[in-house]
Amino acid sequence: MPTRRSLLASASATVAAGAFLCAALGPAWSQQPPVKVGELNSYGSMAAFAVPYRNGLNLALDEINAKGGVLGGRKLEFVIRDNGATTGDAVGVAEELVTREGVSMLVGTFLSNIGLAVSDFANQKKTLFLASEPLTDAITMGAGNPYTYRVRPGTFMQTRMLVDAVKAKGVKKWAIIAPNYEYGQSAAASFKRLIKEATPDAEIVVEQYPPIGKFAADAGATIAALDAAKPDGIFNVLFGADLTPFVREGNTRGLFKGRTVVSLLTGEPEYMLPLKDETPEDWIITGYPWEQITEPRHKAFVDAYKAKFNDTPRLGSMLGYLVVYMVRDLIDKAGATDTDKLIAALNDMKFDTIAGPVVMRGLDHQSSLGGWVGLSTQKNGQGAMKDWKFIDGQSVMFSETDVKAARK
Amino acid sequence: MTLLVVKNLHKAFGGVAAARDISFEVERGELVALIGPNGAGKSTTFNIVGGQLAPDRGAVELDGVSIVHKPPRAIWRLGVGRTFQIAQTFVSMTATENVQMALQSAATATFGLWRSAHALKRDEAVALLDLVGLADSRDRSVGTLAYGDIKRVELAIALAGAPKLLLMDEPTAGMARGERGKLMQLIVSLARQRGVGVLFTEHDMDAVFAHASRVLVLVRGEIVARGTPAEVQADPLVRRMYLGTYVGARTAGGDGAGGGA
Amino acid sequence: MSLSFMIAQFLNGLASASSLFIVASGLTIVFGVTRIVNFAHGSLYMLGAYFAVTLMQPLLDLSRSFPMFLLGLLVAAALTGLVGLCIEVVLLRRVYRAPELLQLLITFGLVLVIEDLVVRIWGPLELLGPRAPGLRGAITIAGSQVPSYDLFLIAMGPLVFGLVWLVLHRTRFGILVRAATQDRDMVAALGVNQSLLFTGALFLGGALAGFGGALQIPRAAASPQMDIAILTDAFVVTVIGGMGSVPGAALAALIIGQLNAFGIALLPKSTLVLVFVLMAGVLIVRPYGLLGRPEPLSLRVAVPEGFTRLMPPTPALWLMCGLVVAALVVLPLLADAYSQKIAIEVLIFALAAFALAFLIGNGGVVSFGHAAYFGIGAYAAGLAVKRLGFGMEAALLLAPLAGAAGAAVFGVFVVRLQGIYLAMLTLAVAQIVYAVAVQWIEVTGGDNGIVGVWPARWAEGRVTYYYLTLGVSVTGIFVLHRMLHAPFGYALRAARDSAVRADAIGLDVGRLRLLAFMIAGAATALAGGLYAFSKGSIDPTLLAIPQSVDFLAMLLIGGIQQIGGALAGAAALHLLRVWALPLGDMWRMVLGLTIIAIVLVSPQGIVGGVAQLVQRQRRARTSS
Repeated sequence: MPTRRSLLASASATVAAGAFLCAALGPAWSQQPPVKVGELNSYGSMAAFAVPYRNGLNLALDEINAKGGVLGGRKLEFVIRDNGATTGDAVGVAEELVTREGVSMLVGTFLSNIGLAVSDFANQKKTLFLASEPLTDAITMGAGNPYTYRVRPGTFMQTRMLVDAVKAKGVKKWAIIAPNYEYGQSAAASFKRLIKEATPDAEIVVEQYPPIGKFAADAGATIAALDAAKPDGIFNVLFGADLTPFVREGNTRGLFKGRTVVSLLTGEPEYMLPLKDETPEDWIITGYPWEQITEPRHKAFVDAYKAKFNDTPRLGSMLGYLVVYMVRDLIDKAGATDTDKLIAALNDMKFDTIAGPVVMRGLDHQSSLGGWVGLSTQKNGQGAMKDWKFIDGQSVMFSETDVKAARK
Repeated sequence: MTLLVVKNLHKAFGGVAAARDISFEVERGELVALIGPNGAGKSTTFNIVGGQLAPDRGAVELDGVSIVHKPPRAIWRLGVGRTFQIAQTFVSMTATENVQMALQSAATATFGLWRSAHALKRDEAVALLDLVGLADSRDRSVGTLAYGDIKRVELAIALAGAPKLLLMDEPTAGMARGERGKLMQLIVSLARQRGVGVLFTEHDMDAVFAHASRVLVLVRGEIVARGTPAEVQADPLVRRMYLGTYVGARTAGGDGAGGGA
Repeated sequence: MSLSFMIAQFLNGLASASSLFIVASGLTIVFGVTRIVNFAHGSLYMLGAYFAVTLMQPLLDLSRSFPMFLLGLLVAAALTGLVGLCIEVVLLRRVYRAPELLQLLITFGLVLVIEDLVVRIWGPLELLGPRAPGLRGAITIAGSQVPSYDLFLIAMGPLVFGLVWLVLHRTRFGILVRAATQDRDMVAALGVNQSLLFTGALFLGGALAGFGGALQIPRAAASPQMDIAILTDAFVVTVIGGMGSVPGAALAALIIGQLNAFGIALLPKSTLVLVFVLMAGVLIVRPYGLLGRPEPLSLRVAVPEGFTRLMPPTPALWLMCGLVVAALVVLPLLADAYSQKIAIEVLIFALAAFALAFLIGNGGVVSFGHAAYFGIGAYAAGLAVKRLGFGMEAALLLAPLAGAAGAAVFGVFVVRLQGIYLAMLTLAVAQIVYAVAVQWIEVTGGDNGIVGVWPARWAEGRVTYYYLTLGVSVTGIFVLHRMLHAPFGYALRAARDSAVRADAIGLDVGRLRLLAFMIAGAATALAGGLYAFSKGSIDPTLLAIPQSVDFLAMLLIGGIQQIGGALAGAAALHLLRVWALPLGDMWRMVLGLTIIAIVLVSPQGIVGGVAQLVQRQRRARTSS
């Protein structure tokens, strides 16, 4: 297709000329319009995660723009919006970002239902959506679409990291406790599948699904029900306001004594900070041991974050920071901001991030960003991770057969 | 056939009998007054006949058809119109609309979803309001009417169903003396012309004895006397138990309105 | 189930019953005295927990003793009581003469404000308070480890019950509270200083909520989400027990505590819905709750909620409507794609809100669960397209049918009830529908919902879909408007004004209300179907409580007494939301404060306020 090629050529010529001009004029990029990216998240109702995420994002933006922005000198601008924490509002906000603000792509979302709604909107409007945080597997599997990509390792990947870490123990009788919604149930389903693959004679002796946010109301009864089934291991999916009473009441009632506990997300500072001196010892958890990471670039991020916000980074901070750099690299690689080129560039694109090399797998639009798996412990009355290692996402992703069966 | 037959009615509220073994009849065209002190069981009897209450025992027959345990709306459809001791009207509507509502219900039009109701049966409603003497206030909201006029609206509503039997709980409450007589005269003539049986309660003994065909005296849930106004007035038991104040007030030149004990 | 396990569950049930009772008793007292359904009660509970977390550490640093812990609890309770008192004095007092639902709206505005305030003051992370000194461990009872703090909780329930009983029976304030609960008019007639009584009730209710929240800190962390979590439970306890009845709340809390404790053991996934099924069941058998009494207003002669007469539409009104519709028709020529999208949403909400006005304003049937029908319509349309392969047109026809069918099934039970109990049953029903949508993952997609519900090819364009929505909404509103002015609408109003009189002129009040419920359900579901196609995705938030409150808010902000109120309210609230969302983290506070301000400035709503202004000016002109 000569026309397209010549178009491309002229486009890149323009870009090159622009880059030259910018270089000549220095950082005065007012002549060049900024590249706008729409970011929507539940800053109000999910502030514990979303606000550190936004901090990380702003930190990265400042760094990038100080170094010349994108596309050889254009400013990278994120238009940040609260998505109201309902799908209806979120789709409205996405529409506003695309039609009013004219953003080149959408980024963000935390809750899975909102991630899915925005992903479907992106599909309908043929706009690229880089879902940074939602964990649901549906977004890359059953409900996957050509315009949606996910950065964070999903429920299945994180569960698989934990099962890999625990399978050597050979625990057979398992209890599952998970919040009664999609994330909890799909984590439980993945765990059941994976633990049986890892330990063929493993059995689930009890399952509890308290309504999300309401575990505390009947904490005693739920823990007693778990205890009564006499499991040897517990797989926990509770987090946030449900996790603290689970840990405290479980400690008081001796639920965890002599049992292997495997717990999703518990090591993320968002959820570990409130536990303080209640933090249990030796749970196998996924998380983010930011203070122990020595990799220089990551450490530089941590130091810069602490200096800028006078706060310690959360997993969200790291993710926000990382996502902005991914967006920059993507736009620079695509050399343009139109959706087709962005998508063409993004499939199987390799990124070099503060959490190591990451590939955006074209097969299922899932990044190979990994996670930290280790044991929980207490240090000076605060929760922390020990004996952790970083698991490359490549090793825990869905198999090609699984993906092909799920994505039509 | 006798219009209304009430037999051995009994009703108790938490052990207190409000009606004991009450039996009476109402014929077409006659006005039967139910009198007695407050709490004698008049409203209980009314509410049982009207269907608002179910009796513990006893029978109520309208034209030979048992109406006990039927809901008020079914009893109304069988031809019983009523007014309440505390007037019950549709306060957000005008007098005319109140009566229209009853007329539309009589014409079983109330599940109509499309045609406007504003003009439906309006002329007939206006005619009924004229009849009860409310021609001037017909487009006023019921909420703004004097209590006596609200009672008239209730009467017009009760008449809208072309009833065989009218139950009137204190129809002249809230009216001036002159108006009371006129209203009772209207009811008498309606009863005569249309062959409607009327069962009413009234505190105004003048109205009772001037207009009732027969009088039932209810005390503590029991009928203690019955007969023509003259017979009842002469009954020594009634005089002692109930009418003492009335007769006394009359001899003292009072207005005779304070019938209650 | 072993005996020791049963004993353990029994004790767990008692502990949560105690906690529930303490919170619910405050709610029921406030309702009994003021007739306010206090949505902010959960917020007060949350504040109690935060106060306790903040105070407890410094207090325990002074002396690590149990009495100090108790002192901390009491101070937190008193502070929360003061917040309740301020709410009454500053806000609620101003709207006692307005329709009762408005007070509910104010308390809902407060929920939004307090939630954001809490995040602002204490941060978004949950805060774990210290454990109670001396009650840190567990005691072995019948082979199970029972935390000693649970035993303390079990003791607190009866203790608080006893204290509340003493206050209600042995003090003048308490006697007035009980009298007001039984007959508010009587107390007013006795010349009792009503506002002092109400202030006292809000203080007591707030203190009980705060005490309940403070009691939780050794078990659970204080978090900005705990307000909504407790609110529905407290509602359920209050309703099952009988609104206004403290012993009823105690009984209901005991039942629910045990039901949950054993429900968890037997049917672990049922806890989402168990209490609402219980609540619906109780209300069907006992329409006033276990120990409640009927409201003594069946014979009261007063215009309910101050509704004015339904006037036949005048030519001026038709002209105005014509102008509005004409403006809507030319709107796509003037507005950009995003504004068209907002306009689509406003039109959809206007239809749903108008249907609610049809039900509440005209029929006196107060629904707290209107979102259920909106959601049923959206799900029916979405499922028809995604699972049954229907086209958009057929799906949009199916939506109102599903809404009417749903309303018919629930309505049979709902219309038998009165007043607040009726409203609460609609809420319970909506929660049950919500639970089904969340839990029946194979069909509904759970809380992830269903995606890919987009319009048919011909209606895909923004402008086309706008005109489709405009046509359907305007037609729907017009049809409902015809029904209002038809004999059916009048009969419905008649039943609202006086059910006794309506019955005595042959009107079948139950059937009328059921039909109204179905019509409103159908119209709302139609709106829900349109909404699904406009958003492309549906999920259970569409039928959650906040959505129901939104519809109520539209009605009340617009003006419940005027027919056009719902339409103006839908536009006002939605535009407000769209405007507030980009304001950043505090958008809920902005929204809450604006709602409160509107209610205070114009209790009759926007349309009511404008009507009053016009009337005043007219009067001024004629007098001058």
